[in-house]
Amino acid sequence: MQSDWLFIALFLLIVAAFPGVPILLAGILGPRRPNSIKNSVYECGIETVGNTWIQFRIQYYIFGLTFLVFDVELVFLFPWAVAFNSLSLFGVIAGILFILILFIELLAAWRKGVLEWV
Amino acid sequence: MSFLTDPINAIADWLESLLLSLGLTSQAVTILMTLLGAIVVGSFGLMLVIFLIWVERKVYARIQDRLGPNRVGPWGILQTFPDMIKIFTKEYITPIGADKVPYNLAPILSVSAVLLAWAVIPFASTVVGSDINVGVLYIVAVGAIGTLGIILAGWSSNNKYALLGAFRTVAQMVSYEVPMVLALLIPVLLARSMGVNSIVQSQQVWYILLAPIAAFFFFITSIAETGRAPFDLLEAESEIIAGYQTEYSGLKFGMFFVGEFLHAFTISALTVTLFLGGWRGPWSEQVPLLGTAYFFIKTFIVYFIVLWVRISLPRLRIDQMLNFNWKFLTPIALVMLMATAVLEKILSTWLPTLRLTDSGVILIRTITHLGLNVLVAAGVIYLLRSYTIRREKVGQPRPLAVAPEPPASVLE
Repeated sequence: MQSDWLFIALFLLIVAAFPGVPILLAGILGPRRPNSIKNSVYECGIETVGNTWIQFRIQYYIFGLTFLVFDVELVFLFPWAVAFNSLSLFGVIAGILFILILFIELLAAWRKGVLEWV
Repeated sequence: MSFLTDPINAIADWLESLLLSLGLTSQAVTILMTLLGAIVVGSFGLMLVIFLIWVERKVYARIQDRLGPNRVGPWGILQTFPDMIKIFTKEYITPIGADKVPYNLAPILSVSAVLLAWAVIPFASTVVGSDINVGVLYIVAVGAIGTLGIILAGWSSNNKYALLGAFRTVAQMVSYEVPMVLALLIPVLLARSMGVNSIVQSQQVWYILLAPIAAFFFFITSIAETGRAPFDLLEAESEIIAGYQTEYSGLKFGMFFVGEFLHAFTISALTVTLFLGGWRGPWSEQVPLLGTAYFFIKTFIVYFIVLWVRISLPRLRIDQMLNFNWKFLTPIALVMLMATAVLEKILSTWLPTLRLTDSGVILIRTITHLGLNVLVAAGVIYLLRSYTIRREKVGQPRPLAVAPEPPASVLE
């Protein structure tokens, strides 16, 4: 069990090194002749106007929020599914009620027009 | 004999005894062996990409009635090596005003997130990187890091098109994670375990028969997670240049592609592991090497289907794609989860009272689950049909997009 988590920890380091080291090497080996035209932002050849990091459409934010609500609640269902054998009838019904609340939440969001792309 | 049936473990045992005889402590040996195992799994994944790039190009070319790479090596199989050397010697161009740290971190994240999932995929009954008991949760958690890498790339490039790509990522990849997690819950429920290897071991009958809807949903949503056609809105060439990777060059650009190719193979491997029995097959328990062969044969079949989908289908529009996710996949996946839970509870209380043989229990479980899936699918098709018929009766096609009313002054 411990060696399994040791594997994950070492794998994290190795997996970061595998793409990281070639990128570093290529940066050392490759040419480096920057100039202001080459380094300018590529937007179809037209000169860029204004700041990039501006206010964006609220739509994306709403989808992000809806996702967050669902994902946080779904994490609670994993232990429920694993311990399914030892659950009493009440435990199963409680879990199903929890999913039902999620479902109603989705329908409410649908009704409110949150899921509409405008 | 043991070397013939299970070479990887035989080599590992031999190395371990060799290291112990050299006078190292057992702790140091464990750390060294684990490190070696991690290096083997990681480099195997990356070596695979070299082959996968060739497979993908060749399959594409044949479907499009072209020849594909055919000059370097037999059937062009070595074509990837000159390409690699070429991309290795290219210059990095960093746009003015880019946010340096996330800009350089993003390609590394997008590869490593995909590679991380390989830690828990079992290649045979005895060959698995790390058999942790929260494997499925680990896969979900690691999958989310890849999305983060793409968002970082789009945000830090200081390019408006790249930023649009990042926004689309939020709308698409993040949304498709909800039905994916829901579909993943069903094999967890059926196996009563989150460990990937124990899910494979519990599949006396492949879970695609017990949960075809979940398997189908997982397949679709994980294709959407890879960000390839028909879900390639985040790098739609005809709309936003190349999306999040517009400002990348050289090997940093290449790393995004390594991540994408490997991701396509990883989702095939995950589909096989969770729904198609993984390494299971005749005599795979006795001869683990045979299990590895089954695993890769199945994975390449699924991988071919992934490529086939990519080459056949056109790109979706963003509102269609989000409607498909939130109004089709998510509700049905929620209903499926509830129905499966109820059926499992009924079966687990009712079946032991019947005193059936093991194969009888498996048969009843398979038939009832399959019946439930057919029932839900029929209900969904009925609902969709009645919705369409109602719209036809009204005689008004649903507007594609709501155009704003022209101001009154224009009308006059």
